[in-house]
Amino acid sequence: MIYLDNAATTRVKKEVVNEMLPYFYEKYENASSIYKSAREVSKEVSEAREYIAKSINASSDEVYFTSGGCESDTWAIKGITSARKEKGKHIITSKIEHHAVLNACKALEKEGYVVTYLDVNEEGLIDPKTLEDAIREDTVLVSIMMANNEIGTIEPIKELASVCKKHNVLFHTDCVQAYGNMSIDVKDLGVDLLSISAHKVGGPKGIGLLYVRKGVMIDPLINGGSQERGKRGGTTNSAFIIGFKKAVELKLPNMEKNNEYVESLREHFIDRVLKEIPYSRLNGSREHRLPGNANISFRFIEGEGMLLKLDALGICASSGSACTSGSLDPSHVLLAIGLPHEIAHGSLRISINEDNTLEEIDYVVDSLVKIISDLRSMSPLYEDFVKKGE
Amino acid sequence: MYSDKVMDHFTNPRNVGEIENASGVGTVGNAKCGDIMRIYLDIDDNHVIRDVKFKTFGCGAAIATSSMATELVKGKTIEEALEVTNKAVMEALDGLPPVKIHCSLLAEEAIHAALWDYATKNNIEIKGLKKPKSDIHEDEE
Repeated sequence: MIYLDNAATTRVKKEVVNEMLPYFYEKYENASSIYKSAREVSKEVSEAREYIAKSINASSDEVYFTSGGCESDTWAIKGITSARKEKGKHIITSKIEHHAVLNACKALEKEGYVVTYLDVNEEGLIDPKTLEDAIREDTVLVSIMMANNEIGTIEPIKELASVCKKHNVLFHTDCVQAYGNMSIDVKDLGVDLLSISAHKVGGPKGIGLLYVRKGVMIDPLINGGSQERGKRGGTTNSAFIIGFKKAVELKLPNMEKNNEYVESLREHFIDRVLKEIPYSRLNGSREHRLPGNANISFRFIEGEGMLLKLDALGICASSGSACTSGSLDPSHVLLAIGLPHEIAHGSLRISINEDNTLEEIDYVVDSLVKIISDLRSMSPLYEDFVKKGE
Repeated sequence: MYSDKVMDHFTNPRNVGEIENASGVGTVGNAKCGDIMRIYLDIDDNHVIRDVKFKTFGCGAAIATSSMATELVKGKTIEEALEVTNKAVMEALDGLPPVKIHCSLLAEEAIHAALWDYATKNNIEIKGLKKPKSDIHEDEE
């Protein structure tokens, strides 16, 4: 199997699993209990919290463990708007956010909030000036992703956050795709809230965190007990937190070296595809791009057929966001960067990581050349194009 | 999510291609929704469908339903072909996921559109055949 869907999820490393296992057997105690063995677990969770917090230059009391990216995004949006409802009911986000953010905003619209969805340019970039123009007297929160999950575009978060600071508006960034693939420093970025998920960096599914800058008031999303300093109820997920920490420990020290390698594979893939498959285009920015992301549209074909044919060859890839499969609409991200529907339907996302090889990439390109040509040979759109031209 | 039959017809689609000077051609769907089907019919003087070919832009289910629909109408008279409903196509494929049922409707419409084209060209009336509503012409968007 050739796995090129690391933006959907990553394989959990053996070392991570081994580190977690004792917390199911010998160290299964509830970290909130009073006895010595439980206190030991609690101490190890604290150490993990501190380690992970440091990886984004935060202190441990600014980090809250959650069930993952979706919860962190939802909590940031609902928790901040709830805590600041006296100040106003206006939220700003972008048209290319993950559904975790978009649907939390949509839910708030039903409660009377007004949401501005910022446009992006053809590369998927948000202009800080556009953001500044959208800020109103009653704006309470801006939420813009660090890097896009479909097209890999890296947003100018530092500039966007500084616009918000100037206008005294809180700024949240969904960092789920970026964390582990680029260095993240909350202080340098100047963000107030930031979401991370462990399973995108070789950790287990079901654990993530929300960074909340010291001094920022947020209401809980899950009330429950006094865990996470009373901000997020639920028994401390010790095994997963320890696994999360181990994944970070394995991922971050080698990040720069790995990125160089991953980027070289990505460039090789993009260059070959654009050269060898006519009527294909790269979506997103070539310059401001996550190292492992490539997103390409092939005209005259539809994406699902391509994915099924890749799957038959043992190649795992995705067409836009995996979350959009099951719906018939093309990706909202591809529409937002200006692609017409029929071209957006024929897009492919691959997400490479350090475990992939050049041989795999070449095999995928060779396969794609044939698949695209096969699908075009049965496409009425291609037939019309060949007969009549544009 | 797809049955083995659907995967079979997607992987090895039957009757892909074009028929030159076809007796009837029908194109339905639109690229915006991600599905376009075109059916070519070769009909003899006894109103029997001698040959049928298709081209489809669309998902796995769209390609499989086109393929199955062509199989079902091949060798049939035009009256029999009219009885090939979307339900028949779906049943022959051992079912489709709910979100893909419209693909089978499209296959039925494509056949009807091709028959309508044949009827119009030959100035005949096919009993029970209505003007296809989603027929699109090549020179339209």
